[in-house]
Amino acid sequence: MTAYLLKRLAIALITLVLASMVVFAVLEIIPGDPARLMLGLNASADQVELLRNQMGLNAPLALRYLHWAGGLLSLDFGRSYTYSVPVIDLVRERVVVSLPLALIALALSTIIAVPVGLFSAGRHGRAGDTIAMGAAQLGVAVPNFWFALMLIYLFAVWLRLVPSGGFPGWSAGVWPALKSLILPAIALALPQAAILARVTRSALIEVLNEDYIRTARAKGLPFRAVLWRHALRNAMIPVLTILGLQFAFLLAGTIIIENVFYLPGLGRLVFQAITQRDLIVVESVVMLLVAAVIAVNLLVDLSYAVVDPRLRSRQ
Amino acid sequence: MSLLEIQRLSLSIGDTPILRDVELSVAPGEVMGLVGESGSGKSITALTVMRLLPWAARATGRVVFDGIDILAASEDQMCALRGDDIGMVFQEPMTALNPVKTIGEQVAEGIRWHTRASRADAEDRARKMLDRVGLPAAQFPLSRYPHELSGGQRQRVVIAIACALKPKLLIADEPTTALDVVLQAQILDLLRDLVAENRMGLLLISHDLAVVTEMADRITILRHGEVMEAGDTARTLSEQLHPYTRQLAQASMHVPARARTHEVGQDSPQLQAANPLLQVAKPLLQAESVTRDYPGRRKSLLKRAAPIRAVDDVSFSIDPGQSVALVGRSGCGKSTLARMVLALDGPTSGTIRFRGEVITGKSEAELKPARRDMQVVFQDPYGSFDPRQKVEKLVAEPLHVLEKKPTNAERREMVAKALHEVGLSPRDMDKYPHEFSGGQRQRLSIARAIITRPKLVVADEPVSALDVSIRAQILDLFAELNQKLGVAYLFITHDLTVARAITDQVMVMHDGKIVERGRTSEVLDHPQSEAAKALVTAAPDLHRAIARRLQEQG
Repeated sequence: MTAYLLKRLAIALITLVLASMVVFAVLEIIPGDPARLMLGLNASADQVELLRNQMGLNAPLALRYLHWAGGLLSLDFGRSYTYSVPVIDLVRERVVVSLPLALIALALSTIIAVPVGLFSAGRHGRAGDTIAMGAAQLGVAVPNFWFALMLIYLFAVWLRLVPSGGFPGWSAGVWPALKSLILPAIALALPQAAILARVTRSALIEVLNEDYIRTARAKGLPFRAVLWRHALRNAMIPVLTILGLQFAFLLAGTIIIENVFYLPGLGRLVFQAITQRDLIVVESVVMLLVAAVIAVNLLVDLSYAVVDPRLRSRQ
Repeated sequence: MSLLEIQRLSLSIGDTPILRDVELSVAPGEVMGLVGESGSGKSITALTVMRLLPWAARATGRVVFDGIDILAASEDQMCALRGDDIGMVFQEPMTALNPVKTIGEQVAEGIRWHTRASRADAEDRARKMLDRVGLPAAQFPLSRYPHELSGGQRQRVVIAIACALKPKLLIADEPTTALDVVLQAQILDLLRDLVAENRMGLLLISHDLAVVTEMADRITILRHGEVMEAGDTARTLSEQLHPYTRQLAQASMHVPARARTHEVGQDSPQLQAANPLLQVAKPLLQAESVTRDYPGRRKSLLKRAAPIRAVDDVSFSIDPGQSVALVGRSGCGKSTLARMVLALDGPTSGTIRFRGEVITGKSEAELKPARRDMQVVFQDPYGSFDPRQKVEKLVAEPLHVLEKKPTNAERREMVAKALHEVGLSPRDMDKYPHEFSGGQRQRLSIARAIITRPKLVVADEPVSALDVSIRAQILDLFAELNQKLGVAYLFITHDLTVARAITDQVMVMHDGKIVERGRTSEVLDHPQSEAAKALVTAAPDLHRAIARRLQEQG
């Protein structure tokens, strides 16, 4: 068990280091000199050179990488080229919007998907299953921003239950803040829930064909009890895998959704930073997202061991 | 009065009729044997009693259990019966338990569900039941998971689940088919004791006449969903009035006719002169002090348990054309040894020579000539073919080890010849595996094995998945090919009747060592080692079983 944990942890760390190298290298390669961008088109070559020296852009590549990576470890992400404030301050402001948004969406998609999957698998091939899976198909096909617009129309414009956009900040109180996150979270969660429901259903249907399901039925458990007590936990491994993989798409989805709902989150920050060539911000946010995805997948790996005792006893 | 009474039961799934007018009854304390080949409807009959049929199944007739009309009962009524009054044990113990729940949870679950007992009480009863089936608390605490148990131990857990609430009727569907003979004897003893203790009725389903004869008071023989014959076990099987009964009994005792080609040191000089194969001085296969260790389980990041010795200093040789059985209980190391003989795995120490050449520690390229002359037949005729490939391609697979790549026409001709030799039609070449029955598929794997004209065929339980009549045919085929092609066999099996039927010599393996070797009839009739004795005593034998039954009944 400990060996399994340590191995997973080591893999996660190695992935993180490799990812940081890739992110750093890609942004080195793409054209555009940050110093020149900051100084504007009329700056002289000398001025640009001076700024490049100040910013450490002339140092050797490896050294700059180490400096940057070391900074990341001590939460010193450097200064934004455009806003001239520490990147960490920008990020800190935005994370408190994006992280709750992503987590709420993740939780919502699970809460919707697992019962739908159970419902469908229990009625495999019957009308209820067909309807539920038809709806899921629709959910996979329709993009999340369209859901966002429909939700705004229905709940914000028509029913006036929630704001149509913007974020009052957590200082305005937990409830108003949550209220402005609920629609974006639903819009993010729906397509993910649709995929997850299909995965849950097919995993369950596969498990329901196993011999131990018949053993459980022969004990006298009604079908519903067998589904919940025996099938669900065995079907969790593929569901957890997809959940982990989807988290990355969820984060990517926040960029669009935050723009639709005018949420001051990381997605909007990175979107603006890209248009303004604020590379240091882009690098930092991307690394943060990478770290989040790796952390979630590490959690998924660890949850495998919780679900399946066979993984616990293997080396 | 009967506990279970099945009258004129007919059943179809969709448009396919499965059962027709099946009649069967089980009295309290009685063991009823239900015998038939695969597809005869044995399991479906059992599942009808449990009402665990596929949803497309439609049944008519009457099934009455303890006064309750099963076919008309509500699902709630059935849930109350299942696991409480009717228990069921299944064939495949390796997959019959939920891998993510402890054995304690799984045994206690039914108890809690039916009796509404508290968790502690239910676990208490589960503990007693596991003790009863031979899984004592010291080695098998309730917190064990199924993957920590062997097949025989798992089957004990399944029996504990089925018998936890002392059911009136126990249905056991091929409960020992997946186990080796020693475990089989233990499990059958356990079932017998449970029947005697609780006056439980037992419906024992099996394709193995010998097992049923040893266990059952009465027997029902099923074929294509119809009852062929039913009655007292000993009388039915000794008189063999029905032609199908006779056919089954003969097939299960079948010994292929084969001229004894090879008896090392026992043959008369005349016989040796008559058979040129015997004059080859060099053995075909020679294993010298072969040992295989597997690394022990990792205990922590740095510590490992002591390595497990799967094969321990084994030496033996096989002469050209000789048929040798490697018998032993499951887990004794016989499959590991076979893998090393086939150069699919390398020994930790020792050498294996094939036709005088060392084959251990060689690269694939160097092994190519050896590979041409040794082939393998596996147990499962369903799993060993890619379902999306045509027979021509499947049977021609080993041809890639030939020196010269055959042309398409040559290849088709070779496949046609191999198919003909195993009793199939060359026209079958363009079919897919699913178009063949289990026995035909085993013929296909034999065709695949002999297409390169090998000198040695390693067969790993080649008939244990087959019905008795098919099995007799396949054994005949092996014997015939041995004669015709002079191919030597290494049969890996835990079934002594297979060894007796077609091998000259038997090697008995136990705990990684070969503990006994000798002429087949010698070893099986007068075993010397403990391991061989255990195997021979445990092996069910139809003759013996019928004789014993008749004697008991006077």
